[in-house]
Amino acid sequence: MALFLKKAAAGRPYKRGAALLTALALAWSLAGCGSSDTTTNASATGGGSSQASAPKDVKLTNVSYDPTRELYDAYNKAFAKYWKDKTGQNVTVEQSHGGSGAQARAVIDGLEADVTTLALAYDIDSISDKGLINKDWQTKLKDNSSPYTSTIVFLVRKGNPKGIKDWEDLIKPDVKVITPNPKTSGGARWSYLAAWGYALKKNNNDEAKAKEYVGKLFKNVPVLDTGARGSTTTFVEKGIGDVLLSWENEAYLSLNQLGKDRFEIINPSVSILAEPPVAVVDKVADKRGTREVAQAYLEYLYSEEGQKIAAENYYRPRLQSIADQFKDKFPKIELFDISLFGGWAKAQQTHFSDGGVFDQIYIPSK
Amino acid sequence: MTRVRKKRSVLPGFGLSMGFTLLYLSLIVLVPLSAAFLKTSALSWDQFWKIILNPRVIASYKLSFYTSFAAALINAVFGLLIAWVLVRYRFPGRRIIDGMIDIPFALPTAVAGIALTTIYAEKGWMGGLLKELGIKVAFTPLGIMVALTFIGLPFVVRTLQPVIEEMEKDVEEAAASLGAYRWTTFRRVILPELLPPLLTGFALAFARGIGEYGSVVFISGNMPMKTEIAPLLIMTKLEQFDYTGATAIAVVMLLISFLLLLAINFIQWKSSRGLLPR
Repeated sequence: MALFLKKAAAGRPYKRGAALLTALALAWSLAGCGSSDTTTNASATGGGSSQASAPKDVKLTNVSYDPTRELYDAYNKAFAKYWKDKTGQNVTVEQSHGGSGAQARAVIDGLEADVTTLALAYDIDSISDKGLINKDWQTKLKDNSSPYTSTIVFLVRKGNPKGIKDWEDLIKPDVKVITPNPKTSGGARWSYLAAWGYALKKNNNDEAKAKEYVGKLFKNVPVLDTGARGSTTTFVEKGIGDVLLSWENEAYLSLNQLGKDRFEIINPSVSILAEPPVAVVDKVADKRGTREVAQAYLEYLYSEEGQKIAAENYYRPRLQSIADQFKDKFPKIELFDISLFGGWAKAQQTHFSDGGVFDQIYIPSK
Repeated sequence: MTRVRKKRSVLPGFGLSMGFTLLYLSLIVLVPLSAAFLKTSALSWDQFWKIILNPRVIASYKLSFYTSFAAALINAVFGLLIAWVLVRYRFPGRRIIDGMIDIPFALPTAVAGIALTTIYAEKGWMGGLLKELGIKVAFTPLGIMVALTFIGLPFVVRTLQPVIEEMEKDVEEAAASLGAYRWTTFRRVILPELLPPLLTGFALAFARGIGEYGSVVFISGNMPMKTEIAPLLIMTKLEQFDYTGATAIAVVMLLISFLLLLAINFIQWKSSRGLLPR
């Protein structure tokens, strides 16, 4: 081992630098992904030219999950302006994004977040179990504390060569389905439950039939990526698979970024109502004295402007007036929610825990 | 590992430097690792065995160790070749190639993973060619091996280079003048000299491969029982907020890796003292 270090010390620095530069250039061109990053939105006034009489500037940290990047980018600017007009205080929001579960763990492990905006209630429950968020968090805000919703749709290749119309088409022997691993991805759990719910509805709530259907579906999955963005890459960039089970907003992003001439979105007959929840992290907000602004930050998501920004970023708004404005964008799909599975805690336990139904689907298959 | 001898060294300050070494190692390496052990100790033995002897976990251990071992082996052979060529020959573009060796070190692993998958997927240009031959790379254990080979190459090359640089050519010339064929010269003169650093490089590449996550999850396909690596199972446990389960798997990997590295170091120690049969 010492040899290795010796080499590093004696290494020719310019070569080392050249290698690093080359690698960096490569990395730059290939664009990194999936890592959690933090961006800071400047406060609305663009600079801290606060007079002595104005209230002190305040900083909020919002720990969120991957697909909300664009949404909160836009929302933070709008909120900063609203708060400035209302109170005269400059508010700066720091964003952190990553996989929903990983973000929840970061908060548990001490990442100081004033608010969390995650993919599923289960992740916020886990933070609440550690005493950082009050137990009754989901009743604090309207609509189960989820200001915007989404659902699971199908993304297929242009012209829909395999003729995929609905869930039933996904278990045809010649169809390859792309979805992430439900054990590591929040979005994949929604997709899995959407498929399960469809099968229940079709077979008069026969659990055995539902398990058989979902088992067949996953037999058609050639690759299980660890996250939603990874699966999108597999389907879009690598050209693997015939259909991608995707968040509605991710599907639209793919469509806009990669061209409408390559893919199309198929809305299944039924799907699941995904309710990404938001909560104030009570312990942190109280410690930092940010409760008031944190609460306002989440409440403003329900306002007309907040709802409009959500809709513009392909999240389904709760507010009827905004929903009417965007009704061409969000076609009617019959939706069932998580209560069909007895809530998140129960769904997680039954399906996604070790040895749960998802594991049984794969094991003992050799 | 040298034993501390009771002999006055020419250089003063042994006590201080040794103390500092131990402190530094403890802070940087041992304390975090002991935290993993502590977390695991919350489990009863029964639970612990149940977690780590689960067929899926066993399958992932096997996969991780086999693919890392195979990748390190490939790197040992070709890394030796590359290091030899880079040191012993002068040709245009040598510096650039030498610089490129470090790229796997510097590249974010996720970038490496995505790039490799793109090339080796059935639609990619390497994958397409290999598909003609009936070989699937992406989303198979073979793909994992490819990723780990990519990651591990610099370790072997960088450990061998300085040693080859310091090797005297006249020994080889002497061997040749005494009538040794090239192969004999290589086997009896060059290889014994290079075996210790080669083993070090192998061990480093192997250890790196076992713990590698970022570059592998893209190309492995993560199919349960088939292409799930052990670090991925740690991540799935974490995703269920099962910290103790995750650390249990981690601790087992740690122990196996440590034992393997110890064994390799032991062989290296023997070979550097010329105790191995030739």
